[in-house]
Amino acid sequence: MMPHALPRALLAAALLFPPAYTAAEIAVPPLKARVTDLTATLTSDQRAALEQKLAALEARKGSQVAVLLVPTTLPETVEQYAIRVFDQWKLGRKGMDDGVLLLVAKNDRKLRIEVGYGLEGAIPDAIARRVMDEDIVPLFKRGNFYGGISAGTDRVSKLIEGESMPPPKHTTAPGSGWSTETFFIGFIILAMASQLLHSLLGRFLGAGVAGIAAGIVGYVLAGLTAAVIIGFFAFVISLFIGATGRHGSGWSSGGDWSSGGGNWSSGGGGFSGGGGSSGGGGASGSW
Amino acid sequence: MMKRFVMTVLAAATVLLSGCGYNTLQRTDEQIKAAWSEVVNQYQRRADLIPNLVEVVKGFAAQEQAVLLGVTNARAKVGSIQATPELINDPQAFARFQQAQGELSAALSRLLVVVEQYPQLKSDQNFRDLSAEVAGTENRVAVARNRYVKAVQEYNVVVRQFPSNLTAMLFGFKEKSQFTVENEKEISKAPKVDFGKPAPQSPGGAPSGTK
Repeated sequence: MMPHALPRALLAAALLFPPAYTAAEIAVPPLKARVTDLTATLTSDQRAALEQKLAALEARKGSQVAVLLVPTTLPETVEQYAIRVFDQWKLGRKGMDDGVLLLVAKNDRKLRIEVGYGLEGAIPDAIARRVMDEDIVPLFKRGNFYGGISAGTDRVSKLIEGESMPPPKHTTAPGSGWSTETFFIGFIILAMASQLLHSLLGRFLGAGVAGIAAGIVGYVLAGLTAAVIIGFFAFVISLFIGATGRHGSGWSSGGDWSSGGGNWSSGGGGFSGGGGSSGGGGASGSW
Repeated sequence: MMKRFVMTVLAAATVLLSGCGYNTLQRTDEQIKAAWSEVVNQYQRRADLIPNLVEVVKGFAAQEQAVLLGVTNARAKVGSIQATPELINDPQAFARFQQAQGELSAALSRLLVVVEQYPQLKSDQNFRDLSAEVAGTENRVAVARNRYVKAVQEYNVVVRQFPSNLTAMLFGFKEKSQFTVENEKEISKAPKVDFGKPAPQSPGGAPSGTK
């Protein structure tokens, strides 16, 4: 009994407390919506109203504002927790860093407005402090959390409206550029598919099918013009690849091709950060 | 035939060089530089705010000579140390820089404690804005330092780990200075307030009975 108890306890401890978290830090919740309420303070109507306003702001200006209510941030300070949340959520557009996080630690009676790099001009610390002191805290003191959050996000939105920002871009997948990896993976898939198609259909016809398939993938991802260009290049490359040899009949993994394409079109629904970051700007307060 | 040989050599060189950590060294080294510039940047921002803060406080609490002088002196000392990028390769200069910034942090927090005794100053909008900026900047410094610590950690692991340590030796990459632990503690320590004895040089009537 005794010799076994200790290892088992250790194992249990190891399972319960993954080593990645040094102290018992509060985990950052996954970002699914603009308003995340872990304290059950807001009604679903109130949450929807806030969501709608913030979504409208993003549609107009491209800036991402998110609200998070947690019971507590202890043992971390509200500032430390806020920067961790911001790092994970990546609010704001990549390179523009135009995100704002309103964090409310309800039981600690602390709140923080965390401002991304790109909005430090529109919302300097002093202004963030005023938003808190003048708009949010008076209502929080009376227990009106929805009113405070609504007033705070309204004022923040107004400040962002006043800032000249590049307009939002309408991309199919937020934050997905044509990275080197995309091309590389595409090339490998094309090479594999070409080998298979050549052995089945012959070189020219196989290359044609590969080109059309690549064009369809390109159309789904990037639109018609890109599809034509991608399809053409895929055709040429496929023709060229086929010239080096034809031992493609053994490729049983050709079926993976369609699933490889399917992965890219994910990221349509829900809400996700655009890749922005914050350097710790903003202000903290309590009520 | 020849062409194939050249291609093989090129491919082998690429695999070997990236396998031995040369690219990782370059990347992490560059990361440290970026992280360090951010640290210096935020310290600079703090230093720029201080003269204004001291001016405003003087207007309401001129009698707090010692504390104000402490901040001004610490600020001057910080200004006298050139924060060049080479600093991170020189442990002694790095330590001096750290010490000066730490002293300024301590002097600043003393000032903010003293300020608590002056309700008029605390309600002054100008002071409120400035202290929000100072608090925000202190937080930015903390974030920038944290990111620097992480960048250095990643780099130092590469420099010390086999086999990339051989590459590091060959190309002269050395371990970088880290923010020391004792220093870290001293800086992140909350200012101690002693309620036992009256604050030195506290003015006669005004501040008593307020909080």
